[in-house]
Amino acid sequence: MTRITRLLVANRGEIARRIFRTCREMGIDTVAVYAEPDANAPFVREAGQAVALGGSTSVETYLDIAKLLAAARRTGADAVHPGYGFLSEDAGFARAVIDAGLTWVGPHPEAIAAMGDKLAAKRIMAEAGVPMLIGVALDPDMTEAELLDHAAAVAYPVLVKASGGGGGRGMRIVREAGGLKAAVASARREAKSAFGNDAVFLERYLEGSRHIEVQVFGDKHGDVAHLFERECSIQRRHQKIIEEAPSSAVSPELRERMGAAAVAAAQRIGYDNAGTVEFLLDSAGAFFFLEMNTRLQVEHPVTESITGLDLVREQIRVAKGHPLSFSQDKLRIDGHSIEVRLYAENPAKEFFPVAGHVLAFERPSEPAVRWDSGVETGSDVSVFFDPMLAKVIAHARTRDEAALKLALALERLRIPGLVTNRDFLVNVLRGDAFLAGDTTTDFIDRIATARTKEAAPEDIRFAAVAAALAGQYERRGAAPVLQTVGSGWRNNPSAYQKVSFDGPGGVIDIEYRAASGEAFEVRAGGEPGHCRVVRCDAGVLGIELDRVRRSVSVLHDGDNWHTHDGRIELTLTERPRFPGPRTAGGDGGYEAPMPGKVVSVHVAPGDAVKDGQLLLVLEAMKMEHHITCSRAGTVASVPVAAGQQVQGGAILVVITTEGS
Amino acid sequence: MAVLASHVDTRAERYQANRAGMLGLIAEMDGLLEQARAGGGERAITRHRSRGKLLARERIELLIDRDSPFLELSPLAGYYTEFPIGGGLVTGIGVVSGVETVILANDPTVIGGAMTQLNGKKLDRALEIARVNRLPYVQLTESAGADLRREPGDYEDELRRSIAQHFAESGRLFHDITQLSALGIPTMSIVFGSSTAGGAYQPGLSDYIVMIKERSKVFLGGPPLVKMATGEDSGDEELGGAEMHASVSGLADYLAEDEMDAIRQAREVMAHLNWRKHGYGPTQPAGPPLYDADELLGIVGPDLKVPFDVRDVIARVVDGSRFEEFKPRYGRTLVTGWASIHGFPVGIIGNNGVLFSDSSQKATQFIQLCNQHDVPIVFLQNITGYMVGKEYEQGGIVKDGSKMINAVSNSTVPHITVILGASYGAGNYGMGGKAFDTRFVFAWPNAKIAVMGPAQMAGVMSIVRRGQARAAGREFDEEEDQRIQALVIERNEKESLEFYATGRVADDGMIDPRDTRTVLGMALSAVHSNEVKGAGRFGVFRM
Repeated sequence: MTRITRLLVANRGEIARRIFRTCREMGIDTVAVYAEPDANAPFVREAGQAVALGGSTSVETYLDIAKLLAAARRTGADAVHPGYGFLSEDAGFARAVIDAGLTWVGPHPEAIAAMGDKLAAKRIMAEAGVPMLIGVALDPDMTEAELLDHAAAVAYPVLVKASGGGGGRGMRIVREAGGLKAAVASARREAKSAFGNDAVFLERYLEGSRHIEVQVFGDKHGDVAHLFERECSIQRRHQKIIEEAPSSAVSPELRERMGAAAVAAAQRIGYDNAGTVEFLLDSAGAFFFLEMNTRLQVEHPVTESITGLDLVREQIRVAKGHPLSFSQDKLRIDGHSIEVRLYAENPAKEFFPVAGHVLAFERPSEPAVRWDSGVETGSDVSVFFDPMLAKVIAHARTRDEAALKLALALERLRIPGLVTNRDFLVNVLRGDAFLAGDTTTDFIDRIATARTKEAAPEDIRFAAVAAALAGQYERRGAAPVLQTVGSGWRNNPSAYQKVSFDGPGGVIDIEYRAASGEAFEVRAGGEPGHCRVVRCDAGVLGIELDRVRRSVSVLHDGDNWHTHDGRIELTLTERPRFPGPRTAGGDGGYEAPMPGKVVSVHVAPGDAVKDGQLLLVLEAMKMEHHITCSRAGTVASVPVAAGQQVQGGAILVVITTEGS
Repeated sequence: MAVLASHVDTRAERYQANRAGMLGLIAEMDGLLEQARAGGGERAITRHRSRGKLLARERIELLIDRDSPFLELSPLAGYYTEFPIGGGLVTGIGVVSGVETVILANDPTVIGGAMTQLNGKKLDRALEIARVNRLPYVQLTESAGADLRREPGDYEDELRRSIAQHFAESGRLFHDITQLSALGIPTMSIVFGSSTAGGAYQPGLSDYIVMIKERSKVFLGGPPLVKMATGEDSGDEELGGAEMHASVSGLADYLAEDEMDAIRQAREVMAHLNWRKHGYGPTQPAGPPLYDADELLGIVGPDLKVPFDVRDVIARVVDGSRFEEFKPRYGRTLVTGWASIHGFPVGIIGNNGVLFSDSSQKATQFIQLCNQHDVPIVFLQNITGYMVGKEYEQGGIVKDGSKMINAVSNSTVPHITVILGASYGAGNYGMGGKAFDTRFVFAWPNAKIAVMGPAQMAGVMSIVRRGQARAAGREFDEEEDQRIQALVIERNEKESLEFYATGRVADDGMIDPRDTRTVLGMALSAVHSNEVKGAGRFGVFRM
C-alpha cells in the first residue's frame, strides 16, 4: 500500500474544508493552497499548512500546475486531491502529480482523458452499449450552412455544449435556427475562458427530462460498484442548485438498469476512483448518456447520507491501493437526502452572482442538517470565484420530511446583509411541484416560484421594534454618564423616543417608552402596543409584542439594522435623527468672499453647470479666488461683469438647482 | 457591606391605607404635571405649531441624547400662585452629546415666553445649579422679554405686590450667565424666536450662539422702540435677523436653516467642548436595591403622625440595599451610615424621630467624617424639630443643635435632600434645608414644610394672645380665640403642603417616591461634574 501522510488539496472553499475534515479523521496532515482573495478564508486556516500561490485569478492560482506542484514539494505533501472544478478533470495535472512521485487521489489520467473529451467519451460509451443521444462536433471552420445542417440533423431544440468542461459553462439551448450562430459563438468564448478549450458540440435537447446521475466507484483491483443515483434536475443557468438521492422518478428496476449501465461505462475505461455517470431521463422512462465526471461531485453528500459512506475516505483508500470497503450487494438506501447550494446571488435578477461581506453566518442548531460551508462570519465573497456559500444537506426518512426539514434549517440560518438564493430555495422546497416530485431540468422556468420572500407587515413590525430597542440598548450601554439610570427616564414624561427606518414596506416609525422592568410601550407606525423584551446573548432579543413572542437577532452595521427572527431576514436602514444640513450654495447665490475685482466670468445665464465647474474668478488681496459650482443646476443670472469691483458678500452668480 | 433586612407586610391595613393615600397624592401630582405640559393651552399650541415651530419640550427632547434620562426641575412652579403651572419655562438636567447640561427652554405658548417673577426665580435657580455643580448651560430662548402686562385694577394691591422686587434689583441673570463663562462653564444659546431688549443679552452673554434663518430676532429695540427712540424706520430682519447677525454683526456664531438644524448644530458644539467632569464617581457597583421601590408607597403615608423606620426607605433606594450603619446604638432617633446610589458613594442621614443632643452630636461627627472622605451627603428628612423642654435645654440642646447646623453649613461636600414627610422648624435647617446651599432638594407629595405644625402654631399664638390680654388686663375672648386658631390652622395647613412649597420654587421639584433612587442618582451624577471635596475647616463648635 502507498502511504499518505500529508495531503495537499488543490482547491478552495467548502470542498477543501470537506476533504480536510476526512483527512483529520484519518490522521492525515493537510496542506491548503490559496489565492490572495482567499487569504483569510476558513479552509486556509483549518489546514495544517497553507501555501500562498500569489495572484487573484484562477489562472494565476488554482489552475497553475507548476505552482501547485511547487507547493506540494515545499510542504512535503505526498498526495494531492483536486476537489471538483479547477484541475480536477485535467489529465495533464493528474499525470504531473504522479510524475512528481505523489499520490493522485482520483482516477488514473487515461480515464480522465478518455472522458474529458465529451465527444470521444460518447463514442466509448456507445461502444459499451450505454444509451446515447446523437452528438455532433462543430469544427471551428464550419460554414454557417453546415452548422445549420448539423443542427437540423440533431433536430431542435439543440444544446450547444463545451467539449472540454462542465458545470453549465459554455452551454446554450437553441430552439430555432435563427439563434444558432450567436449561441455557438458565445458558447465558444465562454468555454475558452473557462476551460482553455473552445471546442463545442451539438446535442439533442430533451424537454421535460430529468437529470439523473449514478455515483460509481472503482478500485485499483478492477472492482467497480455504483452507489445509486442522484437527481439534480433543478438547475439555473445550467447549474444544479438542488440535488437529491434517491430520485423520486427512479424505480428499483430502473435503478438497476442505470446502475448497470454506469458500472459498464466505468469498467470500460478501467475506472479506479469516484466518478459520476450522468444521464438524461425522459418522461417515458428512457435514459441517455450525457457525460461522465471523473471526480468527486459537488453533490456527493446526498449519496453519503443515504449510504452512510464517507466518499472522500473511500477515494483516499482506493488511491492508496485498498480494495473498495463495500460490496454492491451490501449497499442499501437509507431514507432520503436533499442538498441545496446556497449562493450569493440575486434570484430576482436572473440569479446574477453578487459579491459582498458575510456580516454573520450563524447556523441554527436545529433542525440537524449538514452544513458544508466555505464561509463563516466575517468572510468575503470575492468576484474572483464561484459565489457558493455553502451546501446544506438534510437527511430524513422520507423525501417530504427531508425537504421540509431543509427548508426550516435554511429559514433559520442567519446570514444578514448579503443577497442570497436562500428564500428562493425555501420556496422551491416547500412548493407543491417539488413536494410532488415534479422535478425536471426546466423546473425553474416551468414552475412559477417566488424568487424572494415577501415580508408581512407583522414581520416588519417585529423587525423594526427589535431594531429600535436594540439601538436603545446599544445607546444606553455606550452612555458616558447616567448609564445605570432607566432608559429615557422622565419625571415629567412628554414624548416617546422616536426612530424611523426605511424598510421593505417603506418608512416605518417606531416610538417607544420604557415601562417597568424590561417592558416598553411601543407605537409601530402609530399603532400602540405593549412590548416585553427578554435580552439574550449575542444580539438576540426576545420580543414579545402584544403577547406574541419572537426571538429576533439584530445586527447593527452602520445605518443598517439586519434582523432575523428565524423566519425572515430583513434589513432596515435607520433614518438620521436630524436631516442633513443643506449644502452651501444650495440656495443658489454665490457670494464674493471678500471685496475684490472680477477677473473673468465663465458662465452665462441659461448655462447648465455641474459640481465643481468654474463659474468666475475674483481677484482680491493679490490672490485669485476661483468660485466653483457646489451644486449642479442652471445659471439664473450673473449680476457682475469682468473687470467690475465688488463688495464682500456681493452676489456674483445665481444658480437654480433642481427641486429648489 | 451589610445588607438591610426590610420586610413589610403588604397586606396590612396600614400599608394599604398608606398606599391608597400616596397614590391619591401622586395622581394629583400627575394631573398638575399634565397641566404644566399643556403650557399655554391648546389654542396657543396650535398657533405655535402652525408657524412650523416645535414646543419647548419637543426642542429639549431633540437636544438631549436619545434614550438618556431628563430630570425636569420644579415642573410645578407656579402652582397656588397667580402664574400658570410651569411658569412658561422648562428647566432641567439632561445629557447633550454625552454631557450633563442644565437646559432652559422658554415656553412661548405661555404669555409669549415672557419673564415673570416666578420664572425668574426658576431661571435663577437653574443658573445656580449650573454654577455650583459646574454644569454646562444651554438655553433655548424664545421670549417676549419682561412681562409688561399690568392688570388695570387695584393699584394699591399692585403696589403691595410689587414690593417683592424692584426693577433696580433685577438683571442678576445676566450677571450669572456671564459668571458661568468666567468659571469655565460653557454657555450656549439657541435663539428660536424673538429675544428683545434685556432678552437680547441672554444670548449675547453666551459663549456660543446659534441662530435660525428667518426665525431668530435679536435686538435691543424692535422697530416700534427704534421709531420711538430715534424716529428711524426699520425692519426686524435688518435690526436683528439671524442672517444679519451671522454675516454683519457677528452676534451669531452658527446659522441654522431651521429648528432641527439649530439643535443639531448645538449638539455638535457640545460634542466638541472636550468636557470632562471633575468629580470622581461613580466608583461602586450600581446594582438595584433588593426591595421593590413600589413598597415605599405603603411604608410612608400621608398622615405624618404615623412613624416609619427610615431604614425601610434606605433599603429601597441604595445600591443592593447595602448600608453600613454608623453608631447604630447611639442617638437612635437619627440614622447615619454609608451606602452608594447608582455607584456614587454617599453618607446618609435620615430621621427616625425628633433630634436630641446625642443624635445632633452624632450627625455633627458624621458630617465631619463625610467631609474627611469627600463623600456627598444625602439627607432623608422626616423631622418635627429639635427636642424642647427643661431637661433638654439644660442638657444643651441649643449647643448640640448649633453644632449640627454649623457642620451642615460649613460642610463642602455636596448635600442632597429628600423630604419624605415632616420638615419643621430648625429641623429643616439641620437636615440640609434649601437655604443651606443644598445642591438639590426634592420632596415627596405628602411632605409638609413649615416653621412648626399648624396646630402647634395656632396653640402657641393662642397662649401668647392670652398672655397679652392678661398683661393688658383685658378679658380674653375664648370664642374669638377658637375662630382665630381654626383660621391659623387652616391657612398653615395649606401653606405647609409640599404642593404649596414646590409652587413657589422652594424646592427643586416634587417627586414620585418610587423615583427617589433615580432622582438621587441623577443629582449625584450632576454634583460630580464639579469637584467633590470636603471642608478643611468648620466654624467653632460650641462645646
